[in-house]
Amino acid sequence: MINVLLITFLITLFYIAIANRMLTYINVLALQGVLLFFVVFLQLNEISTLNLTLILLETIIFKSIAVPVFLAYILKRNHITREAEPFLPNFVSLIITTIIVVATILLANSIEDKHLDKIFFVVALSTLFTGLYFIATRRKIITHVMGYLIIENGVFVLSLAVGNEMPMLVNLGIMLDIFASVLILGIFLNKIGDVFKNIDVNQLSNLKDY
Amino acid sequence: MLLYLILAFTIVIALFINRNKAINISLLGLFVVLQWGITIYACFHFRSTELEYFTFDALGILLLLTLSIITIPAVIHGLIYIKDNKDTAQSRAIFFAAIVGLITAIGAAYLSNHIAVTWIFTELTTLCASALIYHHRNKLALEGTWKYIFICAISITFIFIGILFLSLSLIHAGSSDLSFKNLLANSDKLNPFWLRLSFLFIFTGFTAKLGLVPMYTAGIDAKDKAPGPAAALLSSVLMNVGFVGIFRFYIVVANTPLHHWANLVISIAAFLSIFVATVYMVKVKNIKRMFAYSSIEHTGLVMLGIAAGGIGYYAAILHIILHAFVKSSLFFQYNQLYKVFQTKSIYQIGNYFKYNTTGAIVILLGFISAVAMPPSGLFVSEFLIFKSMFQSGQILVLVSVLILLTMIIWAFGKNIFKILFIPAIGFDEKHVAVISPWESVTQFILLAAAVYLGLNPPHEFVQLIKESVMQLPI
Repeated sequence: MINVLLITFLITLFYIAIANRMLTYINVLALQGVLLFFVVFLQLNEISTLNLTLILLETIIFKSIAVPVFLAYILKRNHITREAEPFLPNFVSLIITTIIVVATILLANSIEDKHLDKIFFVVALSTLFTGLYFIATRRKIITHVMGYLIIENGVFVLSLAVGNEMPMLVNLGIMLDIFASVLILGIFLNKIGDVFKNIDVNQLSNLKDY
Repeated sequence: MLLYLILAFTIVIALFINRNKAINISLLGLFVVLQWGITIYACFHFRSTELEYFTFDALGILLLLTLSIITIPAVIHGLIYIKDNKDTAQSRAIFFAAIVGLITAIGAAYLSNHIAVTWIFTELTTLCASALIYHHRNKLALEGTWKYIFICAISITFIFIGILFLSLSLIHAGSSDLSFKNLLANSDKLNPFWLRLSFLFIFTGFTAKLGLVPMYTAGIDAKDKAPGPAAALLSSVLMNVGFVGIFRFYIVVANTPLHHWANLVISIAAFLSIFVATVYMVKVKNIKRMFAYSSIEHTGLVMLGIAAGGIGYYAAILHIILHAFVKSSLFFQYNQLYKVFQTKSIYQIGNYFKYNTTGAIVILLGFISAVAMPPSGLFVSEFLIFKSMFQSGQILVLVSVLILLTMIIWAFGKNIFKILFIPAIGFDEKHVAVISPWESVTQFILLAAAVYLGLNPPHEFVQLIKESVMQLPI
């Protein structure tokens, strides 16, 4: 069952690679939160109930409700156009995402480790690199933030792989999630929307050496 | 330690809420006393562990002392800066709260003996630093802050991934305690594959704070946009946080068969940093960014010393401490320079000796110190780093680094002497602000400390450095 969920998670990455509208991105992020909720529920069966409740609440409330709602609010408030405006065509994105996933699978197969569930490793690493790829190839600042959130989800998956032995690491991951998201989304995306009317990374190139 | 953390964060909150100037200043004074209190307490409780996660070890105490020494001028110059800028009560409150929070987080990161705790306080430094960078609340400051936050967020995620891989590596040793002590004790049982990945990620993550290739860019914009006193903290003690993170983990890796591989990674990053610093130093015309690139060059040298080993370890620690003194005094001086010329562009700055002689002497001495000319203390540490590289047989790297350094000295000197002696074209002399020479006293003290510690280090100081590198293989 966990495998099915994780593979669905992987498929969402492909979906984002070809998605065109900003709202789709937000929905996929929410879906990823829900998927993670079930993965946590099934995977972390050895940790204390209180801790598990905390993690579950974080995934469902924070990842799949609060952040998407807030992103949608920002979209609306700052009148961001609905297109994602990638630098590269969607087809190329799809190919590159596939290459990333295949490469991580090959990498995962080359390691011998009885302590690690390989599927966690594959999903986590490919999410990480796909997130970085999205950051590099999308034009809007808000898509950069979404790329970052995707990376966070990937890291979260990886922390689940060792979650039963070291629940502290999962908690740390949650802290990172909340801290970075609040910092990035809460304070600055709001501000940036006020100052730069059309949010585009090309406007962020005024800091120069002379 | 617990008392220190609670009191410090209370002061942060009090500063943040409070809008009264007199109370603000007394709270800052209280914090300085508190900071020195914990430092002296740490010296008396050398090698003891508190709250499980904080150990007063040699490296921690050395850097904590550096931090506490720099805290005093930072607070003084912060007050001068706020007074001159006539900021609103609100922005003053945020500024001081962020400075106090930053110093507390940095101190706690130095002392922590657990990689996850170091990581948490590194996160906290990002938060406080971004409040400082955004102090001016204009478009450029926002851009700098955004870049800083985003890159720091990504690098913090990288460190976290590194910690996850480290935990995977540690599971093979049958342990789950991620403190540096336990890692070191189990260093022969760590799984090399995961350790390798973990080192790569943790190293990359901490370079955002330390200012090395590949994540150095965030720091440059941050130091450019942050107010002078804050930039001084960012380019001295905050860089040391990155150093502590990498160095403590490097001690673990150095005791495994991966030692040579880690050295290779570090030397590549360090060499590229010096190269990048040279390229930008030649072109740069913004005085603050020039200082920031010079910091990158210095951290590159420090990491080369670490990679070379032998006497290089000692020299690297000495260098990072002396560099903190020199660079912070230059950044403190920058504020007075800005008050005179009202610009950061070197094109419009010149003949500084005429307008503020004491300040000009600080810049001149700071320049001599920063390019490591004798009698600067950095000369000693750089010399030892080169010696260690020579001994470890990295002649080719050494020669290219020396060539790059010569170019840096040329570029740095060209700009500094323009600032000091050549009159700026079209500069209106009528409204030049008069700077009291007393404002430069702290900078002289910092520069003198760098000379003294380099040329005639006290016995205890040498002992502390030796002890902090004791666990490294020769």
